[in-house]
Amino acid sequence: MDSKLSTLDPLNPRPLEPSLPKLETRNSKLETQNLNVFYGNFQAVKSVSIAFPCKAITAIIGPSGCGKSTLLRSLNRMNELVDGARIKGTILLDGSDIYRLSVLELRKRVGMVFQRPNAFPLPVFDNIAYGPRIHGTNNGSELQAIVERCLRSVHMWDEVKDKLNDSALRLTDEQRQRLCIARMLAVEPEVLLMDEPCSALDPIATLRIEDLMRSLKEKYCIVIVTHNMQQAARVSDYTGFMLLGVLKEFGTTKQIFTTPRETDTENYISGRFG
Amino acid sequence: MREKLIEKGLLLVAFSAVAMIFLIAYLIFREGVPLVAKVGVWDFIASTRWAPSKGSFGILPMIVGSLEVTLLAVIIGATLGLSCAMFLAEFAPRWSVRILKPMIELLAGIPSVVYGFIGVVVLIPFIRRTFGGPGFSVLAAAIILGIMILPTVIAISLDALNAVPPLYKEGSLALGATRWQTLHRVVLPAARSGIIAAFILGMGRAIGETMAVIMVAGNALTMPTSLLQPVRTLTSNIALEMGYASGDHQAALFATGMVLFVIIAILNTIALVIARPRT
Repeated sequence: MDSKLSTLDPLNPRPLEPSLPKLETRNSKLETQNLNVFYGNFQAVKSVSIAFPCKAITAIIGPSGCGKSTLLRSLNRMNELVDGARIKGTILLDGSDIYRLSVLELRKRVGMVFQRPNAFPLPVFDNIAYGPRIHGTNNGSELQAIVERCLRSVHMWDEVKDKLNDSALRLTDEQRQRLCIARMLAVEPEVLLMDEPCSALDPIATLRIEDLMRSLKEKYCIVIVTHNMQQAARVSDYTGFMLLGVLKEFGTTKQIFTTPRETDTENYISGRFG
Repeated sequence: MREKLIEKGLLLVAFSAVAMIFLIAYLIFREGVPLVAKVGVWDFIASTRWAPSKGSFGILPMIVGSLEVTLLAVIIGATLGLSCAMFLAEFAPRWSVRILKPMIELLAGIPSVVYGFIGVVVLIPFIRRTFGGPGFSVLAAAIILGIMILPTVIAISLDALNAVPPLYKEGSLALGATRWQTLHRVVLPAARSGIIAAFILGMGRAIGETMAVIMVAGNALTMPTSLLQPVRTLTSNIALEMGYASGDHQAALFATGMVLFVIIAILNTIALVIARPRT
């Protein structure tokens, strides 16, 4: 079973030691090699090597404080907003080091959705047009087209097409989270990072956002951090389990949830801690 | 029982502060209203001739002077103050904020007579040499006042900028925006009401300031037509003449205070309405 899985799986299931042979990266969009992230003297992420495949959803699960959000935020260098944050190791986007891109270019290609829906206190239209505008698109009809396309791809166009000039703060939590996803899509990213995107939403809204994620994976590489194991099981194709900064286990979601190799993983997914 | 006593005591103290305001308003209006009624409201605020010994009580030049000085002071103070607050909120390294913020607060502790003194010694000769005229002028008063309101403008607009949820900033940066784009497209609009309140409170401070203005404005009783001309403000008028005024003259000074009181009340109301969080 084990050996069969690791041959089927394009990703090395346990890439923990740097001495292991190089990861199979044929299919991966974004990957970390031996990544360590520090906040001052505290090491939040320890030697994590993980590869996120194209057109698939990868979930990172683990208890609070296990470093999963830190891992996610270092992928688009948002961790640098914290004073004293630094990383050691390599992060590759399409096989080339992300630090060779400008931070602006990187964040344009690797978009992010946050835990709390953070729609700007601006009209709906301006929220979506924000990204294109800062990247130099000012043509009115072009912006109009982008706004419509992005709202359609988050299945929200019909709901808000008459409210484009209303403040985004008047929308429901779910609508605002969809708006944030649409706003991210407007800058045409390649990777979507989602940091607990449903934790502020009710169960019904959560299911609808998950449906949206499934439809988006046709085009994007999606990485989601969640402490909701059911969500990881429902929505993701691959799952990584982190504990105390270490990537304990990584594999297909089916394998992680049915035949975990590590006892820590098994204990966590069966609800014995976390 | 003891709890009740403390509660009642504090309530009394709190209300005595409010009572003070009403008492002051009452005293000013009691002295001022009869004179305005006698001269006529329109003649009082729209006539340009102020000659109390001859029975002429027109304060228009002083209203114009006060507004002109204040407006210019706010333009100067708002530009400098907001820039400073933006730097402190978004760009300054933490150690420099620790040094700069207390120093700015110190600016508020300098007595206004010292500002006036520096104006007389440094600013007046500078304006005289550079632009001509007597030096004592609208411009001099506005510059001094602009600096004097900096602590107010900076402190309140900095609070407004810092109160913008970091989530908005993160959202913008995550889309590949620069820090400047984030600041002027997301943070400033989100903090707008607080920033406007800062300007208006600064305005209230500027229009009420007296000592520094007396020292540098020249206090001439003419309609100010140029920034380089001397001007007399409402506050200066009261402070300069109260010492020897009596009868109608004294009442007219109270009435001047009344006008000032109303202007400041209007400004503060606007500030409160604008700064109220929108739902």
